[in-house]
Amino acid sequence: MPDTIAANSVGLVEPRTCHFDEPLVLASGRVLNQYDLCYETYGELNADKSNAILICHALSGDHHAAGYHSMDDAKPGWWDGYIGPGKIIDSNRFFVVCPNNLGGCSGSTGPSSINPDTGEVWGSSFPLLRVRDWVNAQAQLSNYLGIKCWAAVIGGSLGGMQAMRWALEFPDRIKHCIVIASSMGLSAQNLAFNEVARRAIETDPNFCNGDYQKHDTIPGNGLALARMIGHITYLSDDAMGQKFGRNIRSGSFSLGQDEDVVFQVQSYLRHQGEAFSGNFDANTYILMTKALDYFDLAREYDNDPVQAFSHAQCHFMVISFSSDWRFAKERSRDIVNALIAAGKNVSYGEIESDVGHDAFLLPNARYEELFQRQMDKIFQQTEEHNNAVPS
Amino acid sequence: MQFPPELVSEWIDTNSRVLDLGCGDGSLLTQLTEARQIRGYGLEIDPDRIATCVSKDLNVIEQNLDKGLDNFADNSFDTVFMTQTLQAVHYPDKIIDEMLRIGRQCIVSFPNFGHWRCRWYLGTHGRMPVSKYLPYTWYNTPNIHFCTIRDFEKLCGQKDINILNRVILNQQNKPSPLGSLWPNLLGATAIYRISRS
Repeated sequence: MPDTIAANSVGLVEPRTCHFDEPLVLASGRVLNQYDLCYETYGELNADKSNAILICHALSGDHHAAGYHSMDDAKPGWWDGYIGPGKIIDSNRFFVVCPNNLGGCSGSTGPSSINPDTGEVWGSSFPLLRVRDWVNAQAQLSNYLGIKCWAAVIGGSLGGMQAMRWALEFPDRIKHCIVIASSMGLSAQNLAFNEVARRAIETDPNFCNGDYQKHDTIPGNGLALARMIGHITYLSDDAMGQKFGRNIRSGSFSLGQDEDVVFQVQSYLRHQGEAFSGNFDANTYILMTKALDYFDLAREYDNDPVQAFSHAQCHFMVISFSSDWRFAKERSRDIVNALIAAGKNVSYGEIESDVGHDAFLLPNARYEELFQRQMDKIFQQTEEHNNAVPS
Repeated sequence: MQFPPELVSEWIDTNSRVLDLGCGDGSLLTQLTEARQIRGYGLEIDPDRIATCVSKDLNVIEQNLDKGLDNFADNSFDTVFMTQTLQAVHYPDKIIDEMLRIGRQCIVSFPNFGHWRCRWYLGTHGRMPVSKYLPYTWYNTPNIHFCTIRDFEKLCGQKDINILNRVILNQQNKPSPLGSLWPNLLGATAIYRISRS
């Protein structure tokens, strides 16, 4: 917990919730008649509303991207290292918006919310969502906030998929798209990991076919197991080796000892799983992994990414990390090659890192430098725009 | 270095697609964008230079030329440039083939190792030439495949490559009339515009 708030922190923040009454037609054909989106903002919107940045969160993220909710918080928001006054996504320069996606479990309407039509928890009856549904809901939030065009839409991993979808669905509402450690579609191996994670949840006896809340229980063990599997894939072999090696948490291999030995990595994963299962909703986890699985940037464009990107008008920056095997650099290169073939503006950096997929959340001098240069440039452009508008 | 402006206006069409292999700090792409409004992309591996290009609002792609260019389609660019980089790649002959596959025309420039100063240095010192223009020693130089103008033209002949133009520059990077008379002896840098036959 913070004793004092650092000067480059956005400090104490309060989430807000916006209620939407206009029905949202989903990609599945189902309709959400009304919904809430919970979001946080950092910084001030400038006079001509040209300095707004949309942050799209990944699988287990939420609207709390930076700062603290109270002085008792153990940790700041999930991207606090990159968002704040004087940081790369500088809240002194930009108006930063981060919503919790639809289907989430941190305040936005999701499977654990009450279905207003029935007065009961949605549970298993909550509709499946696709990335384009999130983007459409985010567009409604943009309208509510009066933001016609984002200076940038930024996302890592699943967030990068949303940023790319923004570029295709709302080409005139996004100036820059920053896609970090992402992909135009999951690999078979990725689909496989997500399936194992979902089966862990679904086979938990407390899952009750998704209606566990009606039975006043949660599939905590299944969700913890799902998180443990996910966590392994977000780290690299090297990173785990450096952090834990074969170090022993308890027990001993001494001859004559039959006490069970627990390795550090075991206890770490158990702790991660347990902490997560107490804070996250199992149905949301299933929904988010399915949205990841279903995403295919070019599906509606003859499966041709070049044709897909030909609809974009924004500038792109794509970043990958060398040790990320969950969203490998080859998948980022696929994005870049399609953008070049489509004649779009794009820059690409391949960052040396040994920490795996999680690299996009962690400190890294080269990554920070490249990201900073891009954000400096975007800020200059918003300034020029702002100065060009007569007050 | 500044690419001779008169060559830019002569060789590069307005709004054409340009790929610059080893784009460095992006000065060529900037020059071409200002003069010809090209739609350009640069490939580079040096982190600082990539960052510089990003600040200049250029399209810069982190890609190692020695690992191939098969991500670029045939004839996908009007012009493929490679300035002062040929001598630093692992397979200069293969990269020239690839450039000609990707670009309608290719522009290659390289330091001429047949220049009299190199010959004189090697002849009198008996050691690999080190100068203001080639400041590295043999063990730490990125320049692993030096060639002379005659070497390059021999390769073009073997590969049946069309030499559309040849421009010889002096040590001040200015077109050199004297160098045009005895290019392999007096030319410091050679610029070639080439295409497939």
